[in-house]
Amino acid sequence: MKKIGCILYGIAFGIVLTKSEVISWFRIQNMFLFKEAHMYLIIGSAVAVGALSIQVIKKFKVKTLKGEEIRYSGKPFNKGFIIGGLIFGLGWAITGACPGPIFAQIGAGEYPAIFTLAGALTGAFVYHSVKEKLPR
Amino acid sequence: MSSIFGLWHWYIAGPLIGLFVPALLICLNKMLGISSSFEHICMLVLPEGKRSIFRFNMEENGWKILFVAGIMAGAFIASHFLSSTAPHFLPQKYYSAQGYGKLFIGGLLVGFGTRYANGCTSGHTIFGLSLLQSSSLKATLSFFAGGLIYTFFAYHF
Repeated sequence: MKKIGCILYGIAFGIVLTKSEVISWFRIQNMFLFKEAHMYLIIGSAVAVGALSIQVIKKFKVKTLKGEEIRYSGKPFNKGFIIGGLIFGLGWAITGACPGPIFAQIGAGEYPAIFTLAGALTGAFVYHSVKEKLPR
Repeated sequence: MSSIFGLWHWYIAGPLIGLFVPALLICLNKMLGISSSFEHICMLVLPEGKRSIFRFNMEENGWKILFVAGIMAGAFIASHFLSSTAPHFLPQKYYSAQGYGKLFIGGLLVGFGTRYANGCTSGHTIFGLSLLQSSSLKATLSFFAGGLIYTFFAYHF
């Protein structure tokens, strides 16, 4: 049951990403060139709704459907957030895709994105092979 | 109001994306995030001896592989059944050997960078900022700085 839920949420997420063209290389270019506000408004309104929801969950101590306590936490900062973040940003501008949209581009039939995914998997593997030597 | 077959405007799509934060917490008790699915896929592809480098938290991140499979299916549905014209998301130049190489290198940076930064646009920008985390704000600003740097050089040199 939980597995079906994960897939259904993925399908819904994929539909929204695709129909709002967040997965479009052209939209990402226009964002980084400040040519249109589309991406900024999407990200901004998504964060606003997300942040408001978290406040509601906190304030009313909302439980999960199963009645469990909702568990969430932030991530403790280290230098990798900046260095890795910059590296990811370069890749984002080149491919026009952050991780979710890579999968969406493939699903939408933009098959060259398979190369993006192959690169991303290789990149994750390389990271884990050298992570002990990287600054934190 | 345009039909659902056209572009979904920001004021529809943005709030919908934001609603995944509480929806995933309330229904599945999971934090939105995608880039750790790369590690899961690596582990499925690699021989057993190489898997140990990942120290993958299956309890926390194991669901994401189903989530990204769903994203792929959702994108297929959106582009085939919910679009009046076939949408294009990649420029024609990427349909070439050189383009594939460029996407692979870009992908390499995405995979390496998101794992080093411990999150991507969903985990840091949407989820982390929703939690008002300064660490995720620093990560998000770095994502944008990287993208702006690349775009600036790509257009001016």
